[in-house]
Amino acid sequence: MQALVTDLGFDVLFKGTNFTRLLGGMWVTLKISLISVALSIVLGILLGVVMTFKNPVTKAICRVYLEIVRIMPQLVLLFIVYYGSARLIGLKFEPEFAAVIVFTFWGTAEMGDLVRGALQSIPKHQYESAYSLGLNRSQTYFSIVIPQTIRRLLPLSINLVTRMIKTTPLIVMIEVVEATKVARQIIDANRVASPNAAFGLFFVIFVLYFAVCWPISLLASHLEKKWSN
Amino acid sequence: MNWDVIVSYLPLYKDGLLITLYTGWFGILISIVLGLVTALIVHFKVPVLKTIAKIYIEILRNTPLLIQLFFIYYGIPKLFGIVTDELTCGIVGLGLLGGAYMAETFRSGIEAVDTIQMESALSLGMTRRQAMFHIILPQAVTYSVPAFVANLIFLLKETSVFSCISILELMFTAKDRIAVSSTTVESLFLVVVFYLIVLLPVSIIGSVVERRLRYASFGN
Repeated sequence: MQALVTDLGFDVLFKGTNFTRLLGGMWVTLKISLISVALSIVLGILLGVVMTFKNPVTKAICRVYLEIVRIMPQLVLLFIVYYGSARLIGLKFEPEFAAVIVFTFWGTAEMGDLVRGALQSIPKHQYESAYSLGLNRSQTYFSIVIPQTIRRLLPLSINLVTRMIKTTPLIVMIEVVEATKVARQIIDANRVASPNAAFGLFFVIFVLYFAVCWPISLLASHLEKKWSN
Repeated sequence: MNWDVIVSYLPLYKDGLLITLYTGWFGILISIVLGLVTALIVHFKVPVLKTIAKIYIEILRNTPLLIQLFFIYYGIPKLFGIVTDELTCGIVGLGLLGGAYMAETFRSGIEAVDTIQMESALSLGMTRRQAMFHIILPQAVTYSVPAFVANLIFLLKETSVFSCISILELMFTAKDRIAVSSTTVESLFLVVVFYLIVLLPVSIIGSVVERRLRYASFGN
């Protein structure tokens, strides 16, 4: 058993503070995802409402914004904000800050599109029936429209959280020390003592990400099923 | 912005573009085949294989491509002693990830076709196989198109992650230029232009096809 643990490179996990360091690296990613998600939800709801306006100017701007987010890889956006900002506007951002800007920029577009879809999916007769039953405008919104919108929106926005968490490890490319970076430091430090550390460490990181994302996905699909009828 | 620099970088980015297209193309090809097989296994509830297919879908859909690639590229060779080159790792990684996404797309496409379609086909004297190929699958494809196009764009964008395992694609080229020279603006400008060359046509053709199919199925 002991030999197997060493052969698979899991032994390094129990040396010193290695495992805590790995979790610390993981937390950096999660923290950036969660901050970005929180900002994206607030800004995305605003954007979604703006997107339902009939104004051709706002429509065109939103379209261009959405298309940029749709086709530019997040890594390119990260590079532009992190490396480009210093050149273009003479500001050097902290990498974590650049990451939050990029993921919020991306998440807001995604969230905005979801909110627009949810708002437009409420059929007109829902409003008309509410009015004909004598509800006023605010009663209609708060008791009829918003609850239905949230039911459509919530599972999709929970999925956005997992997508955010799955994209954030890219911050290693702009020199943030997160889980994979910590893993490589540990691998380098134990090159002789445990040559197979790469297997054990990357396996553990893989499992950690799954352990974070899977329950969130399950919650989303549970809510989707529960509210679809 | 220095245009001489841009012109001198063009051949480098062209090579990067070719590698992005090459890895993206093969990765997506594997995704489609794997996704179709997995979707059919899940749909027809093939014993044992169905469970494997579901586990595969859940694992690949709930972990980042970056971590999958690191595991395939750095981890697996340690265990089995097989050494694979970066390109193979990248294509296999993208194919496995894409397969899980495509499987979900195709499965929900098949499920979106009303059961009455199958019943009507059978009552008209078709065999189950005829009904599947002539009635169900054509409609399922129509329903799958929007998510399929979204997957294509997603997978092509994900090829940028290959730069982390030293595949010399577009993103790596840009990263390399930024690191070795002071031409950050030009390098970033070119990477944006080249990604537009790859993804804009897919996005435009995708939305034209979507619109045509919507017209074909619902007539509005």
